[in-house]
Amino acid sequence: MFSFWEYVLIAFYVAGLLIVSRWIGQQAFSWMPPQATAEAQRVDDLFSFLVSIGAFILLGLVGVMVYAIAFHRAPPEDYTEGHPSRGNGKLEILWTATPTLLVIWIAFQSFNIYQQLNILGLNQIVHLHAPLESAPAYAANVSDIPKPASETIDVFVRQWDWSFRYSNNLTTKELHLPLNRSTRLKMQAEKVIHGFYIPEFRLKQDIVPGRNIDIVITPIRSGKYRLKDSQFSGTYFALMEADVYVESLDKYNQWLAQTVSSETTNTKNQAVAENIQPPKTLFKSGWYTVAPAQPAVANQRKIDNDT
Amino acid sequence: MTHDLSEAIANNREPENNWREYFSFSTDHKVIGVQYMVMTFIFFLLGGLLAMIIRAELLTPEANLVDRPLYNGLFTMHGTIMIFLWIIPFNAGLSNYLVPLMIGARDMAFPLLNAISFWILPPAGLLLLSSFLLPNGTAQAGWWSYPPVSLQVPAGQLINGQFIWIVSLVLIGISSIMGAVNFVTTIFWMRSPGMTFFRMPVFVWSVFSAQLLQLINLPSLTGALILLLLDLSFGTQFFKPEGSGDPIIYQHLFWFYSHPAVYIMALPAFGIIAEVLPAFARNPLFGYRSVAIATLGIAGISIFVWVHHMFTSATPGWMRMTFMATSMLVAIPTGVKAFAWTATIWRSKLHLETPMLFAMGGAAMFIFGGVTGVMLAATPFDIHVNNTYFVVGHFHYIVFNTITMAIFAGIYFWFPKITGRMYAEGWGKLHFWLTFIPANITFFSMHPLGLQGMLRRISSYDPQYQGWNVIASLGSFLLGASTLPFIANIVGSWLYGAKAVDNPWHATGLEWTTSSPPPRDNFEEIPIVKRPPYDYGDPKYSFVENSDDDE
Ligand code: HEM
Ligand SMILES: [Cu+2]
Ligand SMILES: [Cu+2]
Repeated sequence: MFSFWEYVLIAFYVAGLLIVSRWIGQQAFSWMPPQATAEAQRVDDLFSFLVSIGAFILLGLVGVMVYAIAFHRAPPEDYTEGHPSRGNGKLEILWTATPTLLVIWIAFQSFNIYQQLNILGLNQIVHLHAPLESAPAYAANVSDIPKPASETIDVFVRQWDWSFRYSNNLTTKELHLPLNRSTRLKMQAEKVIHGFYIPEFRLKQDIVPGRNIDIVITPIRSGKYRLKDSQFSGTYFALMEADVYVESLDKYNQWLAQTVSSETTNTKNQAVAENIQPPKTLFKSGWYTVAPAQPAVANQRKIDNDT
Repeated sequence: MTHDLSEAIANNREPENNWREYFSFSTDHKVIGVQYMVMTFIFFLLGGLLAMIIRAELLTPEANLVDRPLYNGLFTMHGTIMIFLWIIPFNAGLSNYLVPLMIGARDMAFPLLNAISFWILPPAGLLLLSSFLLPNGTAQAGWWSYPPVSLQVPAGQLINGQFIWIVSLVLIGISSIMGAVNFVTTIFWMRSPGMTFFRMPVFVWSVFSAQLLQLINLPSLTGALILLLLDLSFGTQFFKPEGSGDPIIYQHLFWFYSHPAVYIMALPAFGIIAEVLPAFARNPLFGYRSVAIATLGIAGISIFVWVHHMFTSATPGWMRMTFMATSMLVAIPTGVKAFAWTATIWRSKLHLETPMLFAMGGAAMFIFGGVTGVMLAATPFDIHVNNTYFVVGHFHYIVFNTITMAIFAGIYFWFPKITGRMYAEGWGKLHFWLTFIPANITFFSMHPLGLQGMLRRISSYDPQYQGWNVIASLGSFLLGASTLPFIANIVGSWLYGAKAVDNPWHATGLEWTTSSPPPRDNFEEIPIVKRPPYDYGDPKYSFVENSDDDE
């Protein structure tokens, strides 16, 4: 169906596509936020790989369409047929096999990378409300059990406010994490579903009321990040952010000790503030909203332990 | 009137000024088809208007145009209207018009049921819109209406926005089920002699597959909505975590329908592309049989992928990996389709009239949307971008840049058949460029936003995201403006356009063998089919001189 020179041209086209799509795949790393966990590096590798394959397919097919537009326009009033081909069994087999192989390759890579992630502990599926240690036998899949962690922090989430309780019973509105150490976050939501999301960590997990959801994370890059709510949770959903600090273990321990002994201070909760004093918008509907949970006291020593 | 009528009968055509019929309880599938298409287009304009308000709010990081409850109501209504009152019923309308013509039938199998399915929709749509007038406004929980957020309604108000949202969606669902029964029966039993399954146009294959999905999966959504209504208004605890309920069950029931819904929307659009490309490339549709089988294959696989919308819900690892695998399988039949379209265009004789521009534009944009779709199926990557603007960008490449563009291709392609008049080509091309370029500006910009972590459904955002948001918003305003030349063209041409011949595109397919517009019973005689579809080599369709109905 093709002449010799056409095969040569097609070979050049495919070679060019391979080079260009690989280059685009490399660029993909710079489209992502900084990598603050080991998981983030894995996820970005996968993304770069997906972008390369995607660029190859997109440019390949769209290139053929553009080529046809440039060189295969019919003279007006010419309604005779284009090419006489009535189908080509070999080609059809080829392009059923191509996506099949690509998909197997992509699935394989994604599966491998998923196995390397060590962030998610989802044994909440098998035991509601039970303490974590009591029911490991249920967990059918080993990869669902988070590895033991060196720190444990409780995360409480409400409409629309985050709070964090550390091992020394300190409760704060900002999340502090020690660098290069695994930390277990035991998450609990009140009333509605929220989502735990730090873009630099490439990590997202819904927190469902009535379930204990644990994740283990190991930040590898110190700095300040923003924690966001990723599951729509009602009126003030957009305001539900909190600061996250990743710092060396020394600094972290120092912060823990200092903050515990410092005075309690009231921190302002944006949703509460806006509920009292709404921003000036051009249109005010005044439609119904759930009232935000009352501001919790920051830097507070928890007296009772059962929440 | 009588004069008109006798003349019309003599010419075997409908009387020209039969617009009143479009406001009547007609049982003619063609009238019903037009009723659907016009009504849903009005909803498309409304939904687009809401989208433009959303984009206007997102021009700046702060919330300064609409207050937050209204913003939440706006995106809830935008999504609901666009899916349930634009694309799905528009497809039902186009399919209503075309399927009997394409398979050589005189009407649908159950004409009365057909009229009833249509007439459920206007009241259901008006009911949904009426919630804007309630003191506490529309539903605010997104078109997913996940509990428990969707159960948080003002105390002591039985009639609230969420209640109305559920009732109108159940009504729309009932209408869809009636339609699905009708389509599947029609395609199965009403084909003319010789119209074997493998002589059916791909459009008919796609309607068949899409309507089978409606029959199989829609009951799951209806059930979920009824349970949600009981929880909302009658104190049951199906989905309430503080009782004995489980909100995650709702997500399963919801996506069991709403993932296939994507294909209920997309398959007919693929069908349109498969009709338009061969006609304007003068080639048979490449690999017709594998495309037809791939259509059914896509429908079949799409039933088993719903959990990919729940990778970050309380979904255990084994479930994530299973549904990652099934989701990726969809790429095989869709890949077959995309390759077949490309090969049809390869070495062809292209005629770039408006329908072709929209079909090729839609096909190219589908490849982009498909590529990001495979990325989303890869669980580790999805965990990062789920619920961000990356997803919003991805699905708008499908629902707007592919499906809505294909719908425009279909409108221009069959406009002469439906109205008996030609549209104005220059205006059509203007409409295409005004749509294609801004659509890419608008929806491409959402991808970098999502990669950087901007979440969807937020009414205000961190200042770092403003750049791409401004671009997306400006694009969307242009996109809104693009509908003006379209409306001018369609209305003007319908009233004053040049008379169309029966087969202006020299296309194959039974619908082009009857007059434009077709007579009440479609064909003077039921056609007998003796040739394969897309027979573009045949001189009958190739030469202007031989074309029997040219002027
Ligand atoms: C006409 C141009 C359109 C523009 C500018 C537009 C814009 C938007 C924007 C900005 C959002 C995000 C709202 C948010 O999450 O905060 C959105 C959501 C959505 N859009 Fe569109 N859209 C358009 C057309 C369509 C079409 C044709 C459909 C057809 C199905 C559609 C379906 C949806 C859906 C389902 C959502 C999700 C709503 C939700 O998150 O609850 N849109 N759109
Ligand atoms: Cu939240
Ligand atoms: Cu899906």
